Amino acid sequence: MLRLFFRRLLESIPTLLILIAVTFFMMRMAPGGPFDSEKRLAPEVEANLRAAYHLDEPLWQQFGRYLWNLAQGDFGPSFQYRDRTVTELIASGFPVSLQLGGLAMLIAVVAGVALGSLAALRQNKATDYTTMAAAMTGISVPNFVLAPLLVLVFAVYLGWLPAGGLGEASLLEGGWKNLVLPVFTLALTQVAYIARLTRGSMIEVLRSNYIRTARAQGLSTLTILFRHALKPALIPVVSYLGPATAGLITGSVVIEQIFGLPGLGRYFVTGALNRDYTLVLGIVVFYGALIILFNFLVDLIYGWLDPRSRE
Amino acid sequence: MTQLVAEWRWWLPALTAAALLAACSRPGDEASLPTPQTVQVGGASGQELAAEQILRKGNGAEPESLDPHRAEGVTSSNVLRDLFEGLVTEAPDGTLIPGAAESWTISEDGRVYTFKLQPRGRWSNGDPVVAEDFAFGLRRSADPATLSEYSAILYPIDNAYEVVNGSLPVDRLGVRAIDERTLEIRLHSPTPYLLGLLTHSSTYPVHRPSVVKFGDKFARPGNLVSNGAYGLQAWVVQSYIQLVRNTHYWDNDQTVINEVWYYPVENAESELRRYRANEFDTTETVPNRQIPWLRKNLPAELHIAPYLGSYSYGFNTTQPPFKDNIPLRKALAMALDRDILVGKITGAGEIAAYSWVPPVTGYQNQQPVWATWTQEQRNAEARRLYAQAGYSAEQPLRMQLLHNTEINHRRLAVAMAAMWRDVLGVETEILNQEWQVFLQTRRTRIDTQVFRYGWIGDYNDPYTFAEILESKHGLNDMSYNNPRYDALLLEASREADPAVRMGLLQEAERVMLDDMPMLPIYYYVSKQMVKPWVAGYESNIMDHHHSRHFRILKH
Repeated sequence: MLRLFFRRLLESIPTLLILIAVTFFMMRMAPGGPFDSEKRLAPEVEANLRAAYHLDEPLWQQFGRYLWNLAQGDFGPSFQYRDRTVTELIASGFPVSLQLGGLAMLIAVVAGVALGSLAALRQNKATDYTTMAAAMTGISVPNFVLAPLLVLVFAVYLGWLPAGGLGEASLLEGGWKNLVLPVFTLALTQVAYIARLTRGSMIEVLRSNYIRTARAQGLSTLTILFRHALKPALIPVVSYLGPATAGLITGSVVIEQIFGLPGLGRYFVTGALNRDYTLVLGIVVFYGALIILFNFLVDLIYGWLDPRSRE
Repeated sequence: MTQLVAEWRWWLPALTAAALLAACSRPGDEASLPTPQTVQVGGASGQELAAEQILRKGNGAEPESLDPHRAEGVTSSNVLRDLFEGLVTEAPDGTLIPGAAESWTISEDGRVYTFKLQPRGRWSNGDPVVAEDFAFGLRRSADPATLSEYSAILYPIDNAYEVVNGSLPVDRLGVRAIDERTLEIRLHSPTPYLLGLLTHSSTYPVHRPSVVKFGDKFARPGNLVSNGAYGLQAWVVQSYIQLVRNTHYWDNDQTVINEVWYYPVENAESELRRYRANEFDTTETVPNRQIPWLRKNLPAELHIAPYLGSYSYGFNTTQPPFKDNIPLRKALAMALDRDILVGKITGAGEIAAYSWVPPVTGYQNQQPVWATWTQEQRNAEARRLYAQAGYSAEQPLRMQLLHNTEINHRRLAVAMAAMWRDVLGVETEILNQEWQVFLQTRRTRIDTQVFRYGWIGDYNDPYTFAEILESKHGLNDMSYNNPRYDALLLEASREADPAVRMGLLQEAERVMLDDMPMLPIYYYVSKQMVKPWVAGYESNIMDHHHSRHFRILKH
């Protein structure tokens, strides 16, 4: 277990390095720079700006400098948000995205697995068709259509929930209201995916010999489901969950835009558009590290779900 | 000021779909909406104030900085206008009025301005605002080490060009504190729009002790000391900026609003929904495609007014087919039916434009003769010029039209191309590029033929537009070069008599319009939603609004 952890840690270093290098040089290849605007800067000002952000150095030297600072946990200053460092921006954006994505994923897993199992048990019956039709709709309706509709209904017309923002109140004192619509929108697509995945693998598991044996022994459906079928049926779901969770908790730009939430996703896109090199790199590195972490967690969960995969 | 950037192209299909769906759900909803007439504001007298004086404003993109000398965008300027006060400030209608300076005198040659500071002027920590604060602020703003991207706006000040470009030390800038209350600004040449410039954040004073103490973190909540009607209470990035009344402000007795909250919302559709859910009292803008609906349902809250901006297309005059080809440029300009473009395509009440300089105060709008013709007459003349330039149905003009990626630009470009095809038979290939790429392409002055060129003025004076077409100007991507135009501009910049100067600038524009290096389409409008209980709001050409002029009525 500990050995596995250290092996993964060592393996992740070259992966991250490649990721950083590719992102670093791709950003630099994009036309336009962080200080390009319609205004032409006075040459002296531009030279000073470039020097302040070390853009006047050769590219390999900038890359080395970036790696060196990164090794010390410094993501550098943001080009776009001049008063902030990238570390500060990630520190302010990540908790929001984590809360949003974490809640959405939690709901998605519980609801998705329940619905998927139900559909599998009632395969080719009305319940199955209804659930899967609903799941199909959930997958097909894009969140950028759903979200504005929900806001119109629940915030503008009914006035039950806020139309956007994170609010100033803490979660328990009413701040949760700000999360209802975004979490629901985010969760819906995931519920649909997870339900379909669960249904597929559950049907397969329910057909296997050991389940038939269990049935023959007279075990109740619920016991079979929870004691014997659920764990193996969850394996494909878990492999989907790793990257999906990493994706959700690093922020969804669409949801953040529509609901005006201060998460990481917005930084990523505005950063790329404004050639904010350090901000984009910082988020990519952060995102990459998270994916590696989640893949590691997925492997651990595999081991628990399927003893065969432990060695 | 930056052009209105088209940001969210991946949004567009989204919003289209959302708008379609929203449109389907509308008929029943309208009945449940309170119409503006039924909202009773201001109690019996109509002027009664609400108990809670908190103003909530939607504010577009997240401000990049609240350091007045490093900020450059529209949205940071909005916040800075409440935090700081320049020597001169603006009334609700945009008229220039005394701000931190109580009065001023201008020397006869128009080159020395002497300001007397407001005796009651105080920083938000209680320190008196002194002339040296302004001198220090201007020097800091011009200092290349400050990394201001806007310092070129200070060029009218004596030695500013040399200071900004590092050839003179900062203390040579033409500003001087004569005593605690007297500030002198010496100019390089008479600049009638100087007072307007002094409302710009680049000229704001800064509190020296806190700049020295906190360095580049001085504009953070807790550190920032400001001299305007409000102080910075909190700034949660991408969430909100909270300002509270500066009780030391010299005109604090007249200020009604206690707190101002600025909310960043890049997406105009989201902003409008939050406004309709009563989360905002005012919006920064209004999405174009919602305007017909708003006109019908919330007409009293929709404020559309002329704005200091020009929407045009430039011709690359260094390359064929537009090089030295005035007839062709004019033919393309005439063949556009601008009434259809602004009436049916943009639809927010934009004003059809036949010239480059928008309706600036004191400037007589210039127009080519054909502006008064009917479209049939223009088309006939356009066909004649097109033939004169050597093109015909058999040998049509094939050209590329470039715009930055955004749905409204695209729609307009498609309509323009259709008009050119119908009237002249021109074959137009429409290209679009992401903003930063677009800027770079345009700047090459080689790989372009016809390209979008929009400009929002920095100050209420024709020069902010006129200077761009000067042959050596860095933003002259048309590469327009007419010595007569340059000479008129130079003459105007040396002229101390404002009326004569305006005449020279008007003549320069007539010269330019006769060469048609660009294709005027429309003048921008500002678009805002304002709740009926917000009193003290007035539209103005700069679209500048100071929260201290606002009141929240009982509702």
